[in-house]
Amino acid sequence: MTTVAPTLEAPRAGRWTAFGVVSIALLVATQAFAFVSSPPDENMGQLEKILYVHVPAAWVMFVCFAIVLVYSLLFLWKGREEDDLVAAAAAEAGAVFNGLTLILGMIWGKPAWGVWWVWDARLTSTLVLFLVFVGYLALRAFVEDPQRRGQWSAAVGILGALNVPIVWMSVTWWRTLHQMPSSMQSMAKIYWLGMFANFGAMLLVMAYFIRRRYEAAAVARAAEHAAQAAALGGLD
Amino acid sequence: MAFHDDLRRVRAIAWKDLTTERRSKAGFNSVVALGVTILVLFGFALGPDAQALRDAAAGALWLAVLFAGVLAFNRSYQVELESGALDQLLQYPGPRWVIYVGKLIANSLFVGLMLVIVVAVGIALFQVRIPSAWPALIAVFALGAVGLVVLGTFYAAMASRSRAREVLLPLLLFPMLVPVLLAAISASKALLGGDLMHEAGAWVKLLAAYDLIFMVATLWAFEYVIEV
Repeated sequence: MTTVAPTLEAPRAGRWTAFGVVSIALLVATQAFAFVSSPPDENMGQLEKILYVHVPAAWVMFVCFAIVLVYSLLFLWKGREEDDLVAAAAAEAGAVFNGLTLILGMIWGKPAWGVWWVWDARLTSTLVLFLVFVGYLALRAFVEDPQRRGQWSAAVGILGALNVPIVWMSVTWWRTLHQMPSSMQSMAKIYWLGMFANFGAMLLVMAYFIRRRYEAAAVARAAEHAAQAAALGGLD
Repeated sequence: MAFHDDLRRVRAIAWKDLTTERRSKAGFNSVVALGVTILVLFGFALGPDAQALRDAAAGALWLAVLFAGVLAFNRSYQVELESGALDQLLQYPGPRWVIYVGKLIANSLFVGLMLVIVVAVGIALFQVRIPSAWPALIAVFALGAVGLVVLGTFYAAMASRSRAREVLLPLLLFPMLVPVLLAAISASKALLGGDLMHEAGAWVKLLAAYDLIFMVATLWAFEYVIEV
């Protein structure tokens, strides 16, 4: 086992608090912009407003899981403890955005389709992805040893990410072989603008979330290292 | 000759696991009994209408195999942990993947035999009419079982050594197996119905690709999982 203890210091929040305030304020602003700028949809009416949270949340969720994949690979490659903590923080943020995507989608689905849930390819694979990362977080919660937790969850994260396109394909086939999938209508430019602005703002919020969860995890790890060192009599 | 030595190690590990299982038999018998019990419960949930049972047969069979099979994987490592055997196993010379492949072979035989019995019982209980394309159906069952065993053996290496292994293994494994389940159930269902839409072929390809991708990925990742 490599000794990474001395390099891992508890980070200070510092400017990140300001970053968080700004990114959340920006998200509020882009939401307001999207609300004001977008005319009610022909078919959906005001219901389309929910898409400015729902769709960016779904995109941000994919960004989170891409971060999990990259940092899991990095951790297995280099063995730096920080990478493991970033992957874990990104998985937590990703699970939150994933859950948000699902719940908002259901709230949208009830008035739009008349039901809370349909076994559509998009919905189903999003739900499966959510379950994969719930498993990832459960594994982290159930394993004490940090090195073991890091390597195991990295393996689970990589395999989970590998499975995403396969799940997507299988669920799409499963649907299309029996029934036509629901298709999104093409959108006017003004809707896209609101969508991308919110995506940008939500990305910043995501970065803030990940940073904060990383800080918390790093503080906890630093405390564990200190306790270990004290137990071995090595701490002054 | 190094590779030849590795193959001998694989065989030794598979043989060891199978011998343990053969001498006790308790594990295999109870897993098969559970598989059959699950089939009976599905019968209660879906029956007694014969056509409804026949329509649901493919799904019920695969779920019974999945639920029973999941018990086999943790067992395969549990026996290693009881007397610290895994630590010794790791100290023998040779690469780590031989342990994985050895266990994979043993678990494949275990799950394969269980699957044969559970499917035979299921065909009787659910009044399934065996289609003329039964060799294709066997191929679907084999490919599905390989996918199940590959990921089951891999995830059990972690789950069996953690707290709460009973809940952790299915929690990790089942979402990962969604493509296997969908493909295996859809292909079985299509074949049982005569494959009028010619859709079974696509599912078989998906199953084969899934098996291949995750066999390679787990072979690579196993070293990181077993050595800590």
